[in-house]
Amino acid sequence: MTTFSVPIDNGDSMKIAEEESQRTLYPYVTGTSIVAIKYKDGVLMASDMGGSYGSTLRYKNIERVKAIGKHSLLGASGEISDFQEILRYLDELTLNDNMWDDGNSLGPKEIHNYLTRVMYNRRNKFNPLWNTLVLGGVKNGKSYLGMVSMIGVSFEDDHVATGFGNHLARPILRDEWHADLSFEDGVKLLEKCMRVLLYRDRSAINKLQIAKITEEGVTVSQPYSLKTYWEFSSFHNPTAGAAGSW
Amino acid sequence: MTKQHANWSPYDNNGGTCVAIAGSDYCVIAADTRMSTGYSILSRDYSKIHKLADRAVLSSSGFQADVKALQKVLKSRHLIYQHQHNKQMSCPAMAQLLSNTLYFKRFFPYYAFNVLGGLDEEGKGCVFTYDAVGSYERVGYGAQGSGSTLIMPFLDNQLKSPSPLLLPKQDSNTPLSEAEAVDLVKTVFASATERDIYTGDKLEIMILKADGIKTELMDLRKD
Repeated sequence: MTTFSVPIDNGDSMKIAEEESQRTLYPYVTGTSIVAIKYKDGVLMASDMGGSYGSTLRYKNIERVKAIGKHSLLGASGEISDFQEILRYLDELTLNDNMWDDGNSLGPKEIHNYLTRVMYNRRNKFNPLWNTLVLGGVKNGKSYLGMVSMIGVSFEDDHVATGFGNHLARPILRDEWHADLSFEDGVKLLEKCMRVLLYRDRSAINKLQIAKITEEGVTVSQPYSLKTYWEFSSFHNPTAGAAGSW
Repeated sequence: MTKQHANWSPYDNNGGTCVAIAGSDYCVIAADTRMSTGYSILSRDYSKIHKLADRAVLSSSGFQADVKALQKVLKSRHLIYQHQHNKQMSCPAMAQLLSNTLYFKRFFPYYAFNVLGGLDEEGKGCVFTYDAVGSYERVGYGAQGSGSTLIMPFLDNQLKSPSPLLLPKQDSNTPLSEAEAVDLVKTVFASATERDIYTGDKLEIMILKADGIKTELMDLRKD
């Protein structure tokens, strides 16, 4: 794929340096996968609470799922600071929306569209927000679940997952997901996905939250851990049976 | 220390294949519904076909975010056209607008590969194919996107359109009946799906005629 250099400004060289310093060319503190599904009454979203500084586990209590307005739930992987900036944009957006005091409010579809435009706009300026966002919600009895990437690629689906989740969790979801999942079965399915991620994604940690959104509103669970089982023989001796030179 | 991260790119290729065939009084526009990034599938049910006007349907592959932005520009330009002229835009007019819209971003292109299908002012089927920066041509049939290299030569072989060099200009529309064209489209997509990893899941077919649009769906391989 073609790469692009930042256009050279013919003006003040200090200005160029300053502008360049504002560009996220690589992320600093990052969060890993988000997994989300639609279920009978709405949307469920799971995320762990780790914040990685490269391969260092720098933060262990970061909330990466937040309620937006009355009808939406936003989850993010990628650069944590950019996510928190996005939350500030959305705070302003929903506050302005609320000030009309006309009984109308932005639904998940509108928020998803707004985020898609923000992400795409920033990539057009070669100054991306380094995140993959997941947007879930319920409005007027309709569940909504969608995703937006760093460069503005966006779509809706019945279940979505970012990063490693797309590799490890979505095959499970494609096997086991169905539209009339109960809350309990939905949580069980998400926990199954998060457990696989915990075992195989090195930046995943065993402290997670599951958020629920229904017509009644948003509830984000208290952080909790999953039961793990490390006594599988292939965990003890992972190279047994694998042909190798040592 | 050596560079640890890949250089950021504002582009991605989300794959997908688009085909359109023009007949005497119909136009068939088809695309698969897979959206990929690298070796991963993002969605198995993302429509690449966008209805722009009553007689103009656009099918696009490439970078989804650019495609979406392009569709939005064309949609709003068409809305303004309707307010100014009190009618729907014709397919050849939409074809020129699409070319201009793509060329407007010549030096930071929309990474979009389009096939525009529809009916012209005489009610005949028409197909326009494009490159990412707006070069375009009216043809009898066209294929764009990740599976186009597999499909295009097969269509050339089966449809044998008259050379554009012939004088006087020959009609490039295919002699096929509507049912034959739809069958051909199903066949080429089933074949492309066998060899192109970016094509698959589902095929969406739109059949445009003077009395309206029909949509058909067919399953494709999901691997």
